[in-house]
Amino acid sequence: MNAVAADLVERPPTPSRRWTGTRIAGTILVALWALAIAGLALYLVQSWNPELFDRYAGRYWSGLIVTLQLVFLSIILGAVLSIPIAWGRMTKRRIPSALAYAYVYFFRGTPLIAQTFLIYYGLGSFRPQLEAVGLWSFFRDAWNCALFAFTLNTAAYQAEILRGALESVGRGQWEGAASLGLSRLHTLRLIIVPQALIVALRPYGNEIILMIKGSAIVAIITVYDLMGETRRAYSRSFDFQTYLYAALIYLAIVETLRNVIEWIERRLTRHLKR
Amino acid sequence: MDAALTLLSFGPDGWGDDIATGVLVTVGLALATLPFGLVLGFFVALMKQSEEPSMRLAGNIYTTIFRGLPELLTLFLIFYGAQLGLQQITALFGEETTIEINAFAAGMVALGIMFSSYASEVFLAAFRVIPRGQYEGAYAVGLSHTRTMRLVILPQLIRVALPGLGNLWLILLKDTALVSVIGLSDILRQTGVAARVTKEPFLFFGLACLLYLVLAVLSSFVFSAIERWAAKSGGTR
Repeated sequence: MNAVAADLVERPPTPSRRWTGTRIAGTILVALWALAIAGLALYLVQSWNPELFDRYAGRYWSGLIVTLQLVFLSIILGAVLSIPIAWGRMTKRRIPSALAYAYVYFFRGTPLIAQTFLIYYGLGSFRPQLEAVGLWSFFRDAWNCALFAFTLNTAAYQAEILRGALESVGRGQWEGAASLGLSRLHTLRLIIVPQALIVALRPYGNEIILMIKGSAIVAIITVYDLMGETRRAYSRSFDFQTYLYAALIYLAIVETLRNVIEWIERRLTRHLKR
Repeated sequence: MDAALTLLSFGPDGWGDDIATGVLVTVGLALATLPFGLVLGFFVALMKQSEEPSMRLAGNIYTTIFRGLPELLTLFLIFYGAQLGLQQITALFGEETTIEINAFAAGMVALGIMFSSYASEVFLAAFRVIPRGQYEGAYAVGLSHTRTMRLVILPQLIRVALPGLGNLWLILLKDTALVSVIGLSDILRQTGVAARVTKEPFLFFGLACLLYLVLAVLSSFVFSAIERWAAKSGGTR
């Protein structure tokens, strides 16, 4: 009965949206974007060059693989390295704490590109010493140096993420677990880490994205990652579309990753939704 | 040790003066980019929190593109893209010239765009902190839209956004190192030249890292002073 009555109520018509100044400006801006994107697509279609594609598609693919390998490995190795550093940042002991602080400050305070140069070119100064310990063959290769630099760099950032996440879990959680008789290791594994990982997920995702974007600089130390292949293709063909294709690939990777992380976060926080 | 000190000295045998100009270029580039990036970022944030869906869409496209591209690639796209674009425009007027874009200008535009896309997120978060009542109160006493923004919202907004903007400034300072790749004589390029000539790469690249570190420490002092000043002039929350 009520439902029927509700249907019969005469509602006022929804007010038509007026063409305010903001709406006009917004429409113009969206139109400009659409025009720019359409122009870009048109340019790419018009200047489509099968010969160029045949020559460089495979190289772009191998460059992409190099980029992804470099980022994946450095993230994993950095995660391992970040655990002792995060411990150092949280401990009350003076010496480990100071060392961890200095490490994190150095790697977060200087540009990744300068760190990479320091390792790739700078370690050349120590060639005799490195040869003596048999590490020279490792540091002679640009890819290894890039991996080493990226691992050290991301470890500093990941240590801070880990520390922030672990500290975000309240003291009461530790105390409650202790009163139930759980050991410290058990508390950490069963109670603290699962809660901390939810907090850490988004920063970790951002760190992966930052690494993918940052990894483009290895092109400068002659590693042929996606950016390196792009630079090579441009210097040979002088065709600007080489850069545009690289931009599209990077954009696609970053956007996919961002959406995947958002999806995972939604899944993991289902129980927190109200 | 003495040899290293000679190399770093300001005299005719030393690289001190070259590297000092590099420091000035780095700081100059970052300082020149900052206002441009801040203003652009503020307007993008305004677009993204607009009630008009098309405005929001336009703002979101901007941040999606420029936060998704690697910094180095954005720099190249602008550096080479602007060169090619300007050449085609001059070709339309019948003049065939090769145009060299100034590395400082290209770097400023590229860094400014990247800075603004991150700054817009910081501003957007700050906008969300400011309660609706502030707008309503301002309208109730008869302030216009722009005056509300300028006199009531902006002073509070900046205070909330300061820590986030401080982080972005440090990122900006580090990203200026990328502009050395397109030939700007900043810290990294000057030390790189010195390293190649003297064959002392570890010394000079180590110095470069140290200089960036010093700049970061100095800016964190400045920022905490600004934050103290802002906290003093604002009410407690």
